Amino acid sequence: MSSDQLNRTVLYDEHRALGARLVDFGGWEMPLHYGSQLDEHHRVRNDAGMFDVSHMLVIDFSGVGAGRFLQTLLANDIARLKASGKALYSCLLNNDGGVLDDLIVYRFADEFFQMVVNAGTAQKDVSWISRQRDMIDAQVRIQPRRDLAIIAVQGPSAKARFWEARPSTRALTEPLEPFRAARVEADGHEITVASTGYTGEDGFEVMIPVEHAASLWRDLLAHAVAPCGLGARDTLRLEAGMNLYGQDMDESVTPFEAGLRWTVDLRTPRAFIGRDALAARPQRAQLVGLLLLDKGVLRSHQTVRTPHGDGIVTSGTFSPTLARSIALARVPIGVQPGHAVEVQIRDKWLAAKVVKYPFVRRGRPLIDLAV
Amino acid sequence: MNVPPALRYSDTHEWARLEGDGTVSVGITWHAQDRLGDLVYIEVPPLGKSFEKGQACAVVESVKAASDIYAPVSGQIEAVNAELASSPEKVNEDAYAAWMFRIRPSDPGQLGSLLSAADYEKLIVAEDH
Repeated sequence: MSSDQLNRTVLYDEHRALGARLVDFGGWEMPLHYGSQLDEHHRVRNDAGMFDVSHMLVIDFSGVGAGRFLQTLLANDIARLKASGKALYSCLLNNDGGVLDDLIVYRFADEFFQMVVNAGTAQKDVSWISRQRDMIDAQVRIQPRRDLAIIAVQGPSAKARFWEARPSTRALTEPLEPFRAARVEADGHEITVASTGYTGEDGFEVMIPVEHAASLWRDLLAHAVAPCGLGARDTLRLEAGMNLYGQDMDESVTPFEAGLRWTVDLRTPRAFIGRDALAARPQRAQLVGLLLLDKGVLRSHQTVRTPHGDGIVTSGTFSPTLARSIALARVPIGVQPGHAVEVQIRDKWLAAKVVKYPFVRRGRPLIDLAV
Repeated sequence: MNVPPALRYSDTHEWARLEGDGTVSVGITWHAQDRLGDLVYIEVPPLGKSFEKGQACAVVESVKAASDIYAPVSGQIEAVNAELASSPEKVNEDAYAAWMFRIRPSDPGQLGSLLSAADYEKLIVAEDH
């Protein structure tokens, strides 16, 4: 595929100017790093870094039946969102209970919600959601928002630096608890600031009109926020125990098999797509954390040998904060934290330990690193 | 283009330098470390083991991928750089200072058949297109 065919976000020129190593990520030409993904990872854990995540898609839902529609569409229950600006994390399931995507939904009004979906699945999601809308409630309006860019500012100093760059937003965004967003005015236009992230650190994700994104990016740079690429994003999210769609789950597995049981709300008799299938379908596997005991790096698709049968690494990496290799793996039921397993790395079987995840919180290990 | 003229090169992105004692120091090129990204592990070859030219003898692991290192000449491993085991980032910092192992060539003529700096430059320009 020639680079002419890859999508570019509105910040592409900024990445080029900063000397980013650009790679194809789900059809988008995105920065892998700007020099050292390890340095970028440490900047986020210790200070403040930012990510261009404008390849992800914001989708507006509006109309009288929007809330009811989303209650039917999603495995988590948006009725839990009782206040404006509140958000939740949910899976989007197909009729077999398989995961089509994971996403975040924000409620801003009874009749207005915003959803953020992954870049690689955006087209599939819009298509699926539109078909469901046509069948369930044709009055609900669905509007993909390719006019919005998204910048994630993450790290213990991230919020402070953001306020230095955009002081007028502080009053409304400082009180935001996790998974809450506020629509605020900055520089004469509206932006949405959400206290969310994919790194396990404090910070904001900012949805901003594309024509104003470069200005915010540069102002954040001027306030010592480090540009960070997808390489660091992956090591940060894995340390924080967060799933990556396409690796840790796909349409062939249920949320229960992807460690996401907590995102499926079965507390009321609410009918939602995939609910009946989930109830009927036996759980065949579970997602666990792995810590490699030998030297090496755990990577996707490596075979995991357990006393209960074979499993597979779904996401693996070298954890910069722990200086050890960690992974998420789908293994048979019966495997428990503390169990010893072996992972096939190249042509050797290396020793690993099953651990609970997340692996890191606020820059500190949550797991016992003893070999 | 970071390709020191005095070194010899393999088409698998190793550099080779003939030392005063007749051994050949071997590392990976600037181009190779740039493509791999931050290195996190280096597995040097066992001391005393013999390899044929082109045989995989060491491994480097970056966050992204693992990559084999191939012996640019046939011979026996006489020294390995233990410092790289604890500080693999030294390869990213200065690829040509970070020798990984020293091999005593069984056939000194093989060094001459490696690529010159000019030919290696042509190779990487061609590969990047």
